[in-house]
Order: sequence, then C-alpha cells, then structure tokens
Amino acid sequence: MSSETLSPDQNLPEEADAISVAPNWKLVWWRFKKHKLAMISGIIVIFIVIIAAFPGFFSTQDPSESRTRGSFIPPQAIQFWDNGPALFAYAIEGKRNPRTLKMEWITSETKKVPLRLFGRGYEWEVLGLFKTDIHLLALVNPDDPPVHILGTDRLGRDQWSRVLHGTQVSLSIGLLAVFLSTIIGIVLGGISGYFGGWIDMFIQRLIELLQSIPPIPIWLALSASLPRTWSVTQGYIAITAILALITWTGLAREVRGRFLVLREEDFVVAAKLSGCSQLRIVFRHMVPTMSSHIIAAVTLAIPVMIINETFLSFLGLGLRPPAISWGVLLQEAQNLQSVALAPWLMLPGVAVIITVIALNILGDGLRDAADPYH
Amino acid sequence: MNPDIILSIRNLKTRFFLDEGTAKAVDGVSFDVSRGQVVGIVGESGCGKSVTIKSILGIVQKPGEVVGGEIFYRRRDDGVQEPINLRDLDDRGEEMRDIRGNEIALIPQEPMAALSPVHTIGNQLIEAVRLHRDVSREEAANICIARMGEVGISNPEERMGVYSWELSGGLRQRVMIAMALVCGPKLLIADEPTTAIDVTTQAQVLNLLRRLQKEQNLAMIFITHDLGVIAQIADYVVVMYLGRVMEQGPVDDIFHNPQHPYTSALLASIPTIHSGTREELPTIGGSIPHPFNRPKGCPFYPRCPGFIPGKCDRFTPVPSPVSDKQSVACFLHSDAAEETE
Amino acid sequence: MLVFILKRLMLLPVLMFVFSIVSFILIQAPPGDFVTSYVAELAASGSSMDQVQIEALRNLYGLDQPAYVQYFKWISRILQGDLGLSLDFQKPISELIGQRLLLTVILGLATLIFTFMVALPIGIISATRQYSFFDYFFTVFNYVGVATPTFMTALILMWFAFSNFGITITGLFSPEFADASWSFAKAVDLAKHIWLPMVILGLDGTARLARILRANLLDELNKPYMEMARAKGMPEWKLVLKYPLRLAINPLVSSLGWYLPLIFSGSLIVATVLNLPTIGPLLLRSLISQDMFLAGTIVLTYFGLAVIGTLLSDILLAWLDPRIRMEEA
Repeated sequence: MSSETLSPDQNLPEEADAISVAPNWKLVWWRFKKHKLAMISGIIVIFIVIIAAFPGFFSTQDPSESRTRGSFIPPQAIQFWDNGPALFAYAIEGKRNPRTLKMEWITSETKKVPLRLFGRGYEWEVLGLFKTDIHLLALVNPDDPPVHILGTDRLGRDQWSRVLHGTQVSLSIGLLAVFLSTIIGIVLGGISGYFGGWIDMFIQRLIELLQSIPPIPIWLALSASLPRTWSVTQGYIAITAILALITWTGLAREVRGRFLVLREEDFVVAAKLSGCSQLRIVFRHMVPTMSSHIIAAVTLAIPVMIINETFLSFLGLGLRPPAISWGVLLQEAQNLQSVALAPWLMLPGVAVIITVIALNILGDGLRDAADPYH
Repeated sequence: MNPDIILSIRNLKTRFFLDEGTAKAVDGVSFDVSRGQVVGIVGESGCGKSVTIKSILGIVQKPGEVVGGEIFYRRRDDGVQEPINLRDLDDRGEEMRDIRGNEIALIPQEPMAALSPVHTIGNQLIEAVRLHRDVSREEAANICIARMGEVGISNPEERMGVYSWELSGGLRQRVMIAMALVCGPKLLIADEPTTAIDVTTQAQVLNLLRRLQKEQNLAMIFITHDLGVIAQIADYVVVMYLGRVMEQGPVDDIFHNPQHPYTSALLASIPTIHSGTREELPTIGGSIPHPFNRPKGCPFYPRCPGFIPGKCDRFTPVPSPVSDKQSVACFLHSDAAEETE
Repeated sequence: MLVFILKRLMLLPVLMFVFSIVSFILIQAPPGDFVTSYVAELAASGSSMDQVQIEALRNLYGLDQPAYVQYFKWISRILQGDLGLSLDFQKPISELIGQRLLLTVILGLATLIFTFMVALPIGIISATRQYSFFDYFFTVFNYVGVATPTFMTALILMWFAFSNFGITITGLFSPEFADASWSFAKAVDLAKHIWLPMVILGLDGTARLARILRANLLDELNKPYMEMARAKGMPEWKLVLKYPLRLAINPLVSSLGWYLPLIFSGSLIVATVLNLPTIGPLLLRSLISQDMFLAGTIVLTYFGLAVIGTLLSDILLAWLDPRIRMEEA
C-alpha cells in the first residue's frame, strides 16, 4: 500500500481529526460531558464525598452532644440579609405550655444570633491526623444559644451535624460493600464468562439461587444474630459484609454477560491465536475493555447499598447507636407519633434521596458514555 | 420521463445528524430504473448503498434524514399516469405504506436478524399479505404456501409453523424472497441478499432471483460490493463512492470500458482465471475516509492515481455523459464541477 | 412445554431443601441456645420455669444432640405440619402465621398487578417518544421512585394525611373488622385499605420495571426486523405492539423471578411502618426477641414464596418465548 502516505485526513480541521485518533477513555469523557444532568450529578457527588471526608468542618455542633432542655427544636433558617449582607439566625425560645406541659418553641423576631464563616467551635479531627476547631459556620459569640439548621432530636442533638456525620458512615458503608461485592463479582463473573462449561453452569446456578432469596429477611436474620456486645466498628464491618454477601450476584452477572460478548470479539480471538495465555487475555485484553462498564455498574450499585443500609438501621437491626448513619437517624422517625410531633426528623431521608438520585444519574451517564450504542 | 422508467431518483441527499458531526451518507445520487431492468449498485461498505434504498423506501430512521432531491415513482405502469414524488408523501402515512411492501418490496441483507425470533415464519408471511390484501387468514396462508413453493422451499405447509432460527441460512433467505413476492411487487430491492450465506447457496439464490425477475418482468435494484455478482445479474451498473455516484452505465460498458479511475481500480482488483498464480493482486491504496471527514473536492482524489493537484482537491466533479448511456464524474473527462459554496 | 414444567417442578424440593438448611442455620446463628436465653429472659421479667419444663423443651428440639440431628427433628416436624410453638407468644406458630401469610400474599399480588399495569404504558410511551416531555417526566419520576426508600414514602404519606386531614392511614382493616372472621364486608374493607400500601410498595418496582422496559424497547426498536416490518408497510403503532414489545417483555417477565421475592420482603419494611398485619412485622419482632423458631419458620416461608414466584415466572417465560421452550425441554 504505497499510497498510505496520501492520508485522506491530511488537510482536515483539527477537531474532526482528534476524534478519529482519541483513545477510548477520551471518547467516553467527551460523551459524558454532553450529558449535562450527569455532569451536575457528578459535581453533587463530589460535594457529598467532601462532606463525608470532613463532616466536622461543616458541622455546627458535636453530633453526640445532647441537651435535655433542647429536645425537638424545629429547624432554624439562616438569614443572609439585614439591611445589607449579613449572617445570623433569629433566636429560638422555649416556653412550657402550662396546660399540656409540652415545650413549645417560638422564633424570636427581634433577638438575633450573629454567625460567621470559618469561625471557631468544638474541636474535631481532620481525617484522624490532627485536631482543629475551625468550622464553616460558627457562632460569633460562643455564649449564644446554638443554632440548629435542621432542628434537634429527642435528646436535643443537632440534626444538621448528625446528618453530615451520617454521610460519612452511610457513604463509606456503601462504597466498602460495593468494593467487596465487586471483587467477588468480577472474579466469579469473569471465571464464569470466560471458561464457560460446567464452571459457568455451577456459578450461574449459585447466582440464581442467591438471587431468588428474598434479601431483606436474610439480612435481618443475619444482623439480628450479631452479638449485641459488639463495638460500633465491629458492627460496621459485619453489616458491610452482610450487605456485600448477597449483592455481588448482580455485578457477577453483568461481568459474565460482558465476557460472553467479548469472548467472540475478533481481538480476543486474535490474541488467542497469537498464543497469549488465558490469564493474559483476561487481564490484559478483556478487563480493560470492560472497565468503563464496570465503573458504571459499580456507581449504580452504591446507591442500592446505601438504601439497604438505611433499611437495616431503620428497622433497628443494622448499625446501632451510638453509631451515626442516615438509617440510625431515621429510626427516630419510626412511628407516626414522633413524625407528627417533629416532622423534621424525616429530613435525613432527604439526604438519602439526593445522594441516591445523584449517584444513579451519574452511573447512568457513565454507562451511556461507556456504551453509546446500547 | 420515459414511460418505461418506473423509478427515477434525482439528486437524492440523505444525512445523518450525529453528535460527532453530520455525515453525508447520500450526497446527490441520481439514477433511473426501468421496467424489467436490473440495476446493480456497487461500492465498498459505507458508500451509501443501503442508505440510498432506505431513502427510497422512506424508512430512514433518526438521526438520519432525507434532506434533498426527488424520488419519482410511477404507481401504475400504463404510461399514462404521471409519476409521483415519494418525497412528498408522509413516510408513515397510508399512501407510502400502501406502496411499501406492496409495490416496492425489500429483500434484506441478514434474514436472520430481519425475522422476529419469537414469531413463526407463517405468522410473519401471512402478516405481509394481510397488510395489503383484504383476505382471510386461510386465504393468506394459501398465498404464502404457494409463494414458498415457487421460491423452492420444500414442505412449505410444514415450514409455516417453524421459527426462523430453525432454518438454514439459504432457506431463511428464500423465506425473505417469498415474503417480498407475496404481494406481487413491481420493484424488488435486494440489499446484499447473498452476503450472509455461503458460496454454494449464493449461486442458487442468485439464479432464483434472476429467474423470478425474468418470469415476472420485475424491475430490481440489486446492491452488492461484489463485482462478480453484478456481472451475473445486472443490466445496468451504478458505481458509488462515499455517497456519490462515480460512474454509471450498462453492465458491458462498465466492465469493458470503465471511464472512472475508481471503477478501473475496482475491476483490476478482481482475480481472474488469466492472472498468474504468483502475481500480486492490485489493490486500491489508502482506505475510505471517515464519513465526517470527507475530503474537499472529489471524494476519491486521495486514493486516485490520476489525481490532478489544484483541481481535484478543490472542486467536486459532477456526472457528465461520455456516451448516450454511460456517464462519469471525473475531471479527466469533463470539467463540469459542482457549484462551490 | 410439559417436560419443561416438570423439570422445574422437580427442582422445587431441591431448592426447598437448600433453603430449609439456610433457615436452620439462621435459627442456630445467635450465640447460645434459645432455651437458655428464653429462661434468662423469663428470669429478667420476674417469672421462671421449672427444670422439668426446661428439660422437656431441650429434648423436643434435641438441643443436646449434634446440629444435623436437631435439623432433622425440626424439618420432620415441619413436614408433618407441626410448626411448633412460639415461646414469645406462647401460641402455635401455624396459628400466628396463617392469617398473616394470606394477607402478605394478597398484598404482594396486588402490588405486582399494580406495578405491571403502570410500568408497561410508561415504558412504552417513554421508549417510543424518546426525549419527549413524557419521557423526561417519567425519567424524573423513575429516579425519584428508585431513590426514595419505601418507608420514607410511607412516612411522608402518613404524616401528610395526619397533619392535613387528621387521619391515621395504618393497618389493613378498620378496627371493627380487624379480628372479625372473613366476610364480604371484611373483603370490601380490605380493598379500601390495601391500595395505599400497594402503591407505596409498588412505586420503586414500577420505576425499575419501566426503566428496564424502556431500555429493552429502545434496543429492539433499532433491530433489522423493525426495518423489515416497516419495509412491509406496517403502521408504526402496530409495529411497536407486535414485535419489539413482544421481545422486550421477556426480560420483564424474567425479572418477575427477582421482583416477586423483593415485593414480599420489601413489604416487611412498609408493613412495619404502616403497622400491617402481615408476616413482616412478626419476623422483626421475633428476631428482636430472639424467638428463633418463629423467625426461622417465617424466613422459610419467605423462601417458599420466592421459589413459587420464580417457578411462575419461568413457566410464563417459556410460554412466551419459543427459544427457551425448545432449548430446555
């Protein structure tokens, strides 16, 4: 082919030229960028991850500190305007109703609690490395009554700070459980899809068996059998393992399906013909081709785990106090009485919904970008 | 319009509006099809052959769209009625649907994919009849069985009840031919009907098509990338490259007196019985440009041995006649160029 | 077809055997044997049990013998129809579960029907009118539906009804029917109450199934047989209903295999919040009070429901798709 030098692309616009030579990940990124909603979701997810990494910085109070005289305080709005830019909240005062003997909280319309950005508050630990007392939002005057952005719970604990700390636990449980199940899923799914035959048969039956098990009763029974004396960390690890134990099947199926398609692809056949070892074919040729699909599938699996953790903890069989997760927080809103009395106790659910939606849209965007023709 | 001509395509343009850019899949194609004539469209894959026939049938799907040109079609072949422009009809409207499958029928490239795997052969054949004929299921079934016999399917009654994946490749293609013929069309469009089947069966299917076409005096558009097949079946040849017609003319002129460098190159790459065993087979240098990056000027110039610098890469040649039947779009023959924008 | 069904039916005892072992392991999972913890619990509440009774219980369940003996004692009693006694309630387990099981199944089936009736049209409209207003609207609906935990939906609705209309929307019956025996009036009362848990429970599944159907349909809509059908001159709506829907519905039917178990176990959480008389809240209570034989029996019941659901979806799929019918027969 002597005329190869006469490349048809020689005098073409640069941009068009870039498309034909771009590596796969770049194409995926370009396609992803076009998906506006997924981009926004990606930014939200990054923000949530930052909160999960530094919940103390965004908190206004120690999440475990309870004030018996400050229970069920409704959410207080932060004000940004007071004849000019300002930062304060109206003070809230409790009065005991003389007839019902219940505390009633009334927002004062005159008394202001000044706030400032990057002020000092309680001491918290940065990633377990060092301590600081700088917070995004803090009282100007430490003797003022605390401001509760999302109100307080039964024990007068600040719900805003608790939701932020719950982000750390809920998100990391989701990530860890997905990480575990991804490893099991990729290994078993890969073996199943690549080797086929009776190995595939066996793994497929196992997956079918596990998938036909209703997960929630099993999870409940397993977590109910955890010793109650276990520490928060032990419980955390056990719940993560329980969640991963059953959910790897979905990922394994996805991986197997991909393998079955890839196995027939020309480049795999070519690799086989040129004498590559099976392991090399799997890890050098097949896994990289699937990586974008795996990333998408993993992103879509995290929200499922988050919801499942919320279920378990909500029913009182997942993480147990003093651990703080979204599910544990929602346990406070388990019956009509508490919800009717303090509807803001349902707000941790909003955190769950936002996170799950953002992760799902992000995952869908990644999947579409990875595989535009499916 | 010559009364023998039943389909006349003028300056057809179909584009695909993709994220990466706009692809001019069909860019100003013109040719005619007369009654009883087999027109072969030949070209490498991606040259716009299939999109051309989809445009004729009005089944181009989004993001593709027919953006220009005319498709004149004579519904009644008494030579009196004026031809209608298919582009004026609604693609999904009743009149167009009445023409599709009834008067203009398609034989698809891959019969396996074109048949639904969860419906029986009979179900899909009967449906084809009943879409256009007001007959009962039994009558429709009888028509189908008769057609299946005609295209050489043994035990047609029994075969009505089977699924596509239970048949061999050759049989599946015969089923597709039977399906195309059930309503007695005037124009048959065959989209590479022999690519998906093995060589021995290919010959049988080609003979069958040729026989049916002769017997019923059908007009036919036959698409292929295989010049050997064209030589066997076509009366008239249209050579396409990158959405444009390079050359067209009667089959003998094209094969014995090719005028366009692309046609010559294609012909030179066919192995013949006369070529020596150790001889290297000529190939066309380079590869087809990316559809979004069509070269400016003549689409073939980067691979063309007769490339005239400063001309071929700046202006686009348009087809101009070299004889009363043959025309070619090349600056080696005529200076006729497209108006540049 | 018959061979296919028989094959599946033969698998049934095998599955149930495996599941019964899993249930038994769960019964055994908590540390210590349950009689000891029961005695401890009694002691904590001030009452006690004499040694003879304790010994009788230990003998009945074979607690001094190896695990497999205990398993066989347990499973053989279950096979004889004797589910045993709940220590917590001091009532036969069969009596506790019976009525609740019926209501669980009714709620599950109602939810299933609701889900399909809503998800099918949404999926079809979203796929055939891709990127239209409907498509976007349902996309948003689907994301919210999948992201909202069922108990949140239940809580929000409960709170909304209570704070705006002062009504409590819990339970499956009005108070006067709760303990009444079955009658036409009670069935009507059930129908009046069941729609809310049905909608709450079905929301998540509806969103998922509609998304699956949309994706499947979009896949099918680009297949060559669609082009062929268009080339035949078929009207567009007929085209969608005959070919792609027929093929796209298969994965949906096979999703029944996992969806039905999910409904049954998902109803557990909604039932807890809405205080429904199904087996879910009973399982929760038995787990918390470590009444493990009751818990094990309920888990086994869930398995049974799941196996039946899978069987039904397999049969339905084979009936719908000739390829599966032929391949496996």
